[in-house]
Amino acid sequence: MEPNWQLARKRPTLEKRARIIQQIRAFFIEQDFLEVETPHRIPANAPELHIDAIPSTDWFLQTSPELCMKRLLAAGYDNLFQICHCWRAGERSNTHLPEYSMLEWYRSHCDYHQLMHDCEALFLHLSSDQHIIWQGQTIDLSPPWPRMTVAEAFSQFGSIPLTTALATDEFDSVIAFDIEPKLPINRPTFLTEYPIKHASLARTKPSDSLVAERFELYIGGLELANAFSELTDPAEQQQRFAEEETQRRNKGKIPYPSPAPFLNELAALSPSAGIALGIDRLVMLFCDKNKIDEVISFTPEQL
Amino acid sequence: MYSSSDLKKGLKLLIDGDPHVIVQYDFTKPGKGQALYKCKLRNMITGSLFDRTYRSGESFEPASLEERDMQYLYQDDSGYVFMDKKNYEQIILTEDTLGDDKYFLVDNMDVEILMYGERAIGISLQNFVNLRVTQSDPWVKGDTAAGNNKPATVETGYTLQVPSFVDQGVLIQIDTRTGNYVTRVKE
Repeated sequence: MEPNWQLARKRPTLEKRARIIQQIRAFFIEQDFLEVETPHRIPANAPELHIDAIPSTDWFLQTSPELCMKRLLAAGYDNLFQICHCWRAGERSNTHLPEYSMLEWYRSHCDYHQLMHDCEALFLHLSSDQHIIWQGQTIDLSPPWPRMTVAEAFSQFGSIPLTTALATDEFDSVIAFDIEPKLPINRPTFLTEYPIKHASLARTKPSDSLVAERFELYIGGLELANAFSELTDPAEQQQRFAEEETQRRNKGKIPYPSPAPFLNELAALSPSAGIALGIDRLVMLFCDKNKIDEVISFTPEQL
Repeated sequence: MYSSSDLKKGLKLLIDGDPHVIVQYDFTKPGKGQALYKCKLRNMITGSLFDRTYRSGESFEPASLEERDMQYLYQDDSGYVFMDKKNYEQIILTEDTLGDDKYFLVDNMDVEILMYGERAIGISLQNFVNLRVTQSDPWVKGDTAAGNNKPATVETGYTLQVPSFVDQGVLIQIDTRTGNYVTRVKE
């Protein structure tokens, strides 16, 4: 019998993937970040209306390592990063996997602006000459990368105004079908200042109570990372969790327990910011692949 | 009933009383937002194509189609000819109805024909088919990397990526669900 060619043919990509992950580690270690490991199987994830966790006996597989990492941060660990697997039920496409690799990093005593600088520096560290060629497009990585607020994106590209989209629950479809396809293809873009109800764990912007200090990083049309200044007010966090959980239950989704230890320790968290970046999509960019299947060894369908 | 998360390419749904098949499917989910299922559907009766976007939490009625065991006979000007293995009745399917499945038909192959009432509206293929490579660039001596690939064309005109060691004239197995190369077949 001949070797499984669908696996064998991926060797050059998997070798490059391994090198990229080594370089990511080196980038954070050089800046005195502590690499941590937190449990993959946890009693409670942060309740979010549109993120479905996969049950594992009476607990859940993590949808993100954020709660444990923020508890470490609150305990005084200043700069942290983790590379781990996360699970989200029902997510599968050319850019989604139900089990995927996540890079998260957290910094104390700063806000989300610092994380934008980190993204720029990380990509420059990974590229040899300040650009990526992806699917025939040259993407210029020279900093600073353009920043655009969600409100600006709606007025420039949206088919309906932002206020209408929020009132009629069409915010996500305008982002997906009007805005994402029109973001510049040859430059990374930070989409910033999300409406509060679309940023459950993010701090409210002091100068504008309608928006949160949150951004999404887009490169080449791919959504790479989600980041925000952390909400550190336990009462407000508890209230936002309760709202998300009520909406979940109204939609008939499985109930989530409240992450009590996280809420208890949140008061000790100093002003901080954190970010989650999809490693598989980052590898797609650097390996010039347009399907996530091409940058992992096994797809769920091949198991 | 199906739910939004069951949607995938090839799924057959009853919409406004007609059976439809999903011919293209894309899942998207903008950062922390709701899942959006973008589908291109073909009405299996009229053949018309249209786009529709569904959200999570919607439900769909499956199209109940009868499957009849048939054998593929040949292709001629009228289309692709199949024969019912029980009563020897012959039916013809057009190229449009078959779509990419036409590339995976071999003479005398057993298939299931999907019937909606008395109308044949589609085909259900076995998962694997063996086809002979009719055109492919020769193997370059010294090219031993297991991961290298090259395009090849098989007897039905279908083109796919194969490993560099697959020569013209060789019989290969193809997965009809993905259209991908699986392995060489020993003869």
